[in-house]
Amino acid sequence: MSGTVLFRGGRLLDPLHGVDGVRDVLVQDGRVSAVGAFLEAPAGAEIVDASGLWVVPGLVDLHVHLREPGEEGKETILTGSRAAVAGGFTTVVAMPNTKPVNDAPGVTAFVLQRAREAGLCRVLPAGAITRGLKGEELTDFGSLQAAGCVCLTDDGRPVMSAGIMRRALQWSSQFGLPVMVHEEDLTLSAGGVMTEGLRASRLGLRGIPPSAEVAMVARDLVLLEEVRGSRLHVAHVSCEASVRLIREARRRGLAVTAEVAPHHFSLTDAAVEGYETHARMNPPLRLDRDVAALREGLADGTLDAVATDHAPHGVLDKQVEFSRSMNGVVGLETALPLTLALVGQGVLPLLRAVEVLTAGPARCFGLQAGHLGVGAAADVTLLDPDERWTVDAAAFESKSRNTPFQGMEMTGRVVQTWVEGRRVFARTRKGRLE
Amino acid sequence: MTDAASEGRSLLGLEGMARPALEQLLARAAAWKRSLEGGTVKPVLEGRFVANMFFEDSTRTRSSFEMAAKLLGAEVLNWTARGSSTSKGETFLDTVRNVAALGVSAMVIRHTESGCAQLAARAVAVPVVNAGDGSHEHPSQGLLDAFTLLERWGRLDGRTVVICGDVLHSRVARSNLFALKALGARVVLCAPPTLMPPGFDALCDTCHALDEVVADVDAVMLLRVQLERMSEAFFPSAGEYARRFGLTAARAARMKPDALVLHPGPINRGVELSPEVADGPRSLVLQQVANGIPVRMAILERACA
Repeated sequence: MSGTVLFRGGRLLDPLHGVDGVRDVLVQDGRVSAVGAFLEAPAGAEIVDASGLWVVPGLVDLHVHLREPGEEGKETILTGSRAAVAGGFTTVVAMPNTKPVNDAPGVTAFVLQRAREAGLCRVLPAGAITRGLKGEELTDFGSLQAAGCVCLTDDGRPVMSAGIMRRALQWSSQFGLPVMVHEEDLTLSAGGVMTEGLRASRLGLRGIPPSAEVAMVARDLVLLEEVRGSRLHVAHVSCEASVRLIREARRRGLAVTAEVAPHHFSLTDAAVEGYETHARMNPPLRLDRDVAALREGLADGTLDAVATDHAPHGVLDKQVEFSRSMNGVVGLETALPLTLALVGQGVLPLLRAVEVLTAGPARCFGLQAGHLGVGAAADVTLLDPDERWTVDAAAFESKSRNTPFQGMEMTGRVVQTWVEGRRVFARTRKGRLE
Repeated sequence: MTDAASEGRSLLGLEGMARPALEQLLARAAAWKRSLEGGTVKPVLEGRFVANMFFEDSTRTRSSFEMAAKLLGAEVLNWTARGSSTSKGETFLDTVRNVAALGVSAMVIRHTESGCAQLAARAVAVPVVNAGDGSHEHPSQGLLDAFTLLERWGRLDGRTVVICGDVLHSRVARSNLFALKALGARVVLCAPPTLMPPGFDALCDTCHALDEVVADVDAVMLLRVQLERMSEAFFPSAGEYARRFGLTAARAARMKPDALVLHPGPINRGVELSPEVADGPRSLVLQQVANGIPVRMAILERACA
């Protein structure tokens, strides 16, 4: 817990409450106690001068790989937490494809313990749908939830068996736990390493057709419709046709939510040219029309959230033959400016851009986060909307450097990050200050 | 590329190579062929070392590069994936950097994975010659095929060549497509829908039956079909494939009188190419092999310049 803090004179952007204007935010005992113009500072309050800055709810990322336990050379819960708060995120959902897999309450407890020790942001564990991510036997959903898991996913792998997937939706419906799906029909992606099309053909790389994703989205929406009370969350949507199917399902009232990764709405397969392994991820970077559809999906609400799919890998996983390189890119420290860029490009209104990083993702999993109403946890991100900076992976807080955005110029940068009224990140000239 | 000077000397692929650059290389190949025939080859690479690095099995391409290098007076270091440090877990890039550090003048690299020639060329200053990388390119083969057709025709302008077979997995098809087009020929790709690279219809004409085009083209280039592709259902059987895409004697009889037949080898006789046609008067198969020597001499000469 912390004392009293007054964020003074910033432009508050709080999409849940429709607020966009200069407001002071008063925080007491880790919670927002008042929001308004020209609030009096109580005696002894710390005053944070936010004039010229934007004040937004701490960002929420539904999809990160923190690699601990098991692959601490790539990332740990501590370094991943540092990357999160440096990128403005105060809540992250940690994927279960660790070693061992988070498919039992003991692993969940370990993750939460490590997150407490790191003491920076909220790390919410996701539990596996199936034991060992093998797609065969269901995990104990109720026990995982009791231990602290906020959703279920085999992310990194699809649940290939429709029968198991149907049972997972049925069993999860008892607990209100969303089932997050990595949609990939492995018989269609079959060894593919980038999106199918002229570029893959020219480069002589095996393509992954959109159907690998879209057919599974279609399957799971059919299952969702049959299983009353279950909730489906589609991870890292990458294809135009997936957006269309999800939009149509939403219109019919199905309980489906969806997320999109910044790289998927910012880049096309052109980034792979020259066998750039930092542009290799799964699902792969797609084509212009997919990027356009993803942006439209964010704008019209079909896609609820921007989620990074932060996937740290070591240099040795990427400085190799393209077809032997690992899938995935880091994303926590670039997601905010990439999303704000959509405002400048006329794709999203500003409040919507903030919403897809805050209240949008919070709503997907029913998290108590993503807004700054009175009584809410005082998770606050201060950003300078005009700061221009160049991505330098060597300066990342993350342990890994695998970004496709190296050397690109970004606009908008996190200045300070607060969790429950406690400053967990402040950028100085030299960088981090804890 | 780490060394700007090596950029123009490496040969990573034929895509994007302009007609004058191709013609210059082919003219040097023609000059070397004359020298070979006249017994007047000058050992211009005497005292130089060329590394032949084959991370994928190959006999004819490796031998052809080795002969070309030796005819030019160079010493050849043969490096194969088996029996080298690669089989001891050394990464591809480490191997490439180590061989470069030995001080070789050029590296000839064959690899199972697409993009490896570019990967190597970015890592070292030594010129890299791509001897085939995965399904990407096989530029020396593309050049020798163009050379062989040019020997017959003088010019490729106005000629139509059909490349038939497993285009999807074929680096030979890609290098030929880019080279033949750049030199003025019309290229038609003929493959089953399962083995046609998606999107290539934006680059040239395509079709799904050899019968549709066989009577109208000036040359048919067959690609080796790998029978192990059946396990992934790219085609159901050798027979079903051959009935539609094989150059049988009956199909060859429908070709223009002077139309030619090429195959990069090794041939699956009776599958993509019937023995009568392979050994018949239209066939350029052995000329292709022979022309590989002067073409690779020109490539190595340029690399070591």
